[in-house]
Amino acid sequence: MTGKRIVLAIALALLATLPLWLTGIYYVNVSSQILIYAIFALGLNVLVGHAGLVSLGHAGLFGLASYACAIALQAGFGHITAIVVAIAATLVGTAVFAFLSLRATGIGFIMITLAIGQILWGLAYRWIGLTNGDNGVSVTSRPAPFGVSLASSATFFYATLTIFLLTVLAAAIFSQSPFGASLRGTRDQPRRMNALGYHVWMIRFYACLFSGLVSGIAGILFVYYNQFISPQTLALTASAEVILMVISGGSGTLLGPIVGAALVVVMKNVASAYIVRWNFLLGAIFVAIVIFMPEGLVPGTVRLWRMGWQWLWNPRKATVVSKIPEPKS
Amino acid sequence: MNFWLLLTVNSVTFGGLLFLLSAGFSLIFGLMRIPNLTHGSLFMLGAYFGATFATWYHFNFWLSALLSALIVAGIGAAIERLLLRQLAGKELAQVLVTLGISFMVADLCLMVWTGDPISVDNPPYLDGVTNIKGFLFSTYRLAIILIAVVIAVALWLLLDRTRLGAMIRAGVDDPQMARVVGIPVPQLFTIVFALGAGLAGFAGMIGSPILSVYPGLDQDMLPLALVVVILGGTGSLPGSLVGSLAVGALYNFGQALLPELAYFVLFLPMVLILALRPQGLFGRQAP
Repeated sequence: MTGKRIVLAIALALLATLPLWLTGIYYVNVSSQILIYAIFALGLNVLVGHAGLVSLGHAGLFGLASYACAIALQAGFGHITAIVVAIAATLVGTAVFAFLSLRATGIGFIMITLAIGQILWGLAYRWIGLTNGDNGVSVTSRPAPFGVSLASSATFFYATLTIFLLTVLAAAIFSQSPFGASLRGTRDQPRRMNALGYHVWMIRFYACLFSGLVSGIAGILFVYYNQFISPQTLALTASAEVILMVISGGSGTLLGPIVGAALVVVMKNVASAYIVRWNFLLGAIFVAIVIFMPEGLVPGTVRLWRMGWQWLWNPRKATVVSKIPEPKS
Repeated sequence: MNFWLLLTVNSVTFGGLLFLLSAGFSLIFGLMRIPNLTHGSLFMLGAYFGATFATWYHFNFWLSALLSALIVAGIGAAIERLLLRQLAGKELAQVLVTLGISFMVADLCLMVWTGDPISVDNPPYLDGVTNIKGFLFSTYRLAIILIAVVIAVALWLLLDRTRLGAMIRAGVDDPQMARVVGIPVPQLFTIVFALGAGLAGFAGMIGSPILSVYPGLDQDMLPLALVVVILGGTGSLPGSLVGSLAVGALYNFGQALLPELAYFVLFLPMVLILALRPQGLFGRQAP
């Protein structure tokens, strides 16, 4: 336990001083991106990991918050109003999203969320009067909470880091809470939970709202980070990227989505520096991870590590045991 | 008057194309219990192959369509055999693999055929218009409707009158019992996947003179197939037909009357169906 705390303290110290030792605005910006996507992935993990519901439309919710914020700013409202409008819009949007998609679970849920995500993308793309279509919406300024301007990449990083840490805290509390336990109950044994008197649909609905809220917060950070939003943010590839973050890191864990976000963002930045074909790589990694390491990189590495450790001490007994939780229908 | 009639014909034409796309999608879903997210990509691949044969090599239009249908059917069979078969029983993993493949296909198409849209010409003898009782219709669109009807009847005969069709229906209704009585369900998976892929590829090619071929065609068509199946119910041929006609009409009328919200108009029947009848109009159980 103490070992874990030391690692955590070192990680926090490294994060807190990151703009000091990581020279170059580019790297600080990539770090901000990683944190934003880590928040997004933690939001999706509530559904994928804890509720067993795989959403392929989450980029729609993320983009909804971004667009709401950007459009409110463009209409001349202040930053606080814009953020409140964006969060309200995300919650209302997520409620509709959840109401429709929770008619089904499992594969049906994937299909409905995919359709809703594509429809939100279609709206962003075609409703030119509101969203300016393919040209996107620009945001000219960043807010200045407590008098600190977030215009520089370092201050923006610290603001993102603060929200990221709050999100991690919220996700940890959520995961330990009775609500988190009952949500995992609805994932593993929905019928028994129902028989025990839990309102399975309502639990899933609240989980969707929580997930949508966190994704929306990431969306607001994203629009302030980029100061620009276009329909590309809502595309199916964006939903797939965040799914990849969650499952590559290991869904249902706290660290997994964060590691996955770092991995995917770094890979995307590195890849796009050398090759033009990010989508091809994304698809290939997707297929490879699903086939070879279905439990995710963090649990997968832990499994391989333990295996190697065991082999080192007792080579005869070592066995390759993979515990892959099968989704129950 | 003519405006409305024209719009109706366009809707039915588009509905026919959607039927060719979604009949396979729905059958695959019914049998394998997974939404095949490569279906839009297979449609696009069919269109690109067909366009290549027809415009670069100057093959006959129908020969090009047939060839591209066969190639895409082969690709579908390969995807099922080589990848999905490895993940038998893991539906979630299978869906994610089809999603990954769809990205790879989209990027490969961009690499091979570049980003410029390709327009494909009608067969010359179907150019122009047909005069029916004083109203003029595009002959090619009428031909598409005819082809869709012929294929719908052929599919119905296949499913309802042949031994293979009976085996497929058994697999859709109760895969475990079908295995028990000796039906080779894994082979059926490959056959149905190839059939669905071939239909999608064929639809892509014969749709290309109307839709043209461009990157992103896959992501335009896939949600439409999803909405058709959500409306019509999975694994049901009449469901696909009614769903396709409804979506074709909504999409075309929506585009003509509310061009900015055309995509959104599709959403409304989906909301209604999900709220009132989640298994779809012709489905027996919720997906």
